Amino acid sequence: MAVYSTNEFKAGLKVMLDNDPCAIIENEFVKPGKGQAFNRVKIRNLKTGRVIERTFKSGESLEGADVVDVAMQYLYNDGQFRHFMVPDTFEQYQTDEKVVGDAGKWLKDQDSCTVTLWNDSPLAVTPANFVELAIVETDPGVRGDTSGGGGKPATLETGAVVRVPLFVQQGEVIKVDTRTGEYISRVKE
Amino acid sequence: MLYEIRRFFLARDVLEVETPLLGHCIGTDPQLAFFSTDYCSPPLQQTLFLQTSPEFAMKRLLAAGSGSIYQICKAFRNGESGRFHNPEFTLLEWYRVDFTLSQLMDEIDDLITVLFAGRMPLQATQRVSYQDVFYQYTGLNPLVFSYQEYCAYALAHEIPEAVSICGDDHPLWLDFIFSHKVQPFLGENALCMVYGYPACQSSLARINEYNSQITDRVEIFINGIELGNGFYELCDAIEQNRRFDDEIAIRQQRNLPVSIKDKHLIAALEAGLPECSGIAIGLDRLLMVLSKRDLIDDVLSFAIHRA
Repeated sequence: MAVYSTNEFKAGLKVMLDNDPCAIIENEFVKPGKGQAFNRVKIRNLKTGRVIERTFKSGESLEGADVVDVAMQYLYNDGQFRHFMVPDTFEQYQTDEKVVGDAGKWLKDQDSCTVTLWNDSPLAVTPANFVELAIVETDPGVRGDTSGGGGKPATLETGAVVRVPLFVQQGEVIKVDTRTGEYISRVKE
Repeated sequence: MLYEIRRFFLARDVLEVETPLLGHCIGTDPQLAFFSTDYCSPPLQQTLFLQTSPEFAMKRLLAAGSGSIYQICKAFRNGESGRFHNPEFTLLEWYRVDFTLSQLMDEIDDLITVLFAGRMPLQATQRVSYQDVFYQYTGLNPLVFSYQEYCAYALAHEIPEAVSICGDDHPLWLDFIFSHKVQPFLGENALCMVYGYPACQSSLARINEYNSQITDRVEIFINGIELGNGFYELCDAIEQNRRFDDEIAIRQQRNLPVSIKDKHLIAALEAGLPECSGIAIGLDRLLMVLSKRDLIDDVLSFAIHRA
């Protein structure tokens, strides 16, 4: 794998740090006029999602990490593992809940999503920005309610709970932004 | 800004000068990387250097009896690029004959006050010693190196990597801790002048005559940004020559490009540099602060990647 020096640390670059794959978020050159040059780097550990700051002497280098984002189709959950497939090659990957994390509550069978692979094994799963899911349970709305006002919780077919306007009924399909967990609109079947 | 700087020095009878950007010699400071270029005038072929600062040339003028002088010029430092750095940048450098460091600090204060008046209100200027300000933010003594204490501090303050980077290199520890844990807090909406740098970070400054642990060097900051560095200038040719040799040795150890000691400067010091104090201020950064910009690119016509 390629080796990258501090000058090449750019946002998005994937490197190995303390044996974990990490993504560079920010890299700031710090140099006192008469002193040693450093690079103050903000970096996300891709395994844990934690963001840390780490300083390097300018010119130091890190090994690149073999991390790629691959568009996949979510197949099914066998109770222990979740299964994904690369549509072009039919290659399949399985992961446990720890890797899937929060993304799990947005994944419906056959939906597409992004799986981050590290050395060809799944590291993280990112759902599509917008998903369309059916409401399996919510309180009945009262006639005359409009989009104004509070809203109510609704449980979706994948188990996620989102706040929806009062007029939205059980059985309807809604569009949700997975980044914020917010209701966007109803979807006409 | 340039107009006001020139008016400021005109009123004080300081002569504006111009010195070569391209020279046969170059500073030996191991922390400064230089640009070199080829001079072709057949049969003559020589390597010339773009100056990292006009300091040596200006000192030669001082030794020749110029009196107090200032210069606004470009300076070049290889490999320095970032939010606050561009490899080609503009310096204001001035020298005051017969000024002590504290007189020079008064003048810096006056100049900054003039430049900021009506543009950005500044709080009262702060003057602190390096030792006090370092202790205030870290609880450590910068003058005495204690490996255990420095390591314990690094581990407790989320910079554990300092231990492996700095090892037993005292100046490196000071650079690391100062730039990460002290400097960002200096001069909040105010000019902050830090004086009395540890002797191991003396560069071209004189050692303080009452306390050999510190040096007559001042750095100025506004909003955590380093704007300038000044000295009560070293006039001793022998001491200067020794520091050059030390730095050249360090460059060799670290496999850095060979620099050529400026014999003209040594000769000028031997002939007699008048007692003087001088400072260099980065005008691009000053403009960043004045115009409230976060990136040096915002105050340059074309930063290096577009130049």
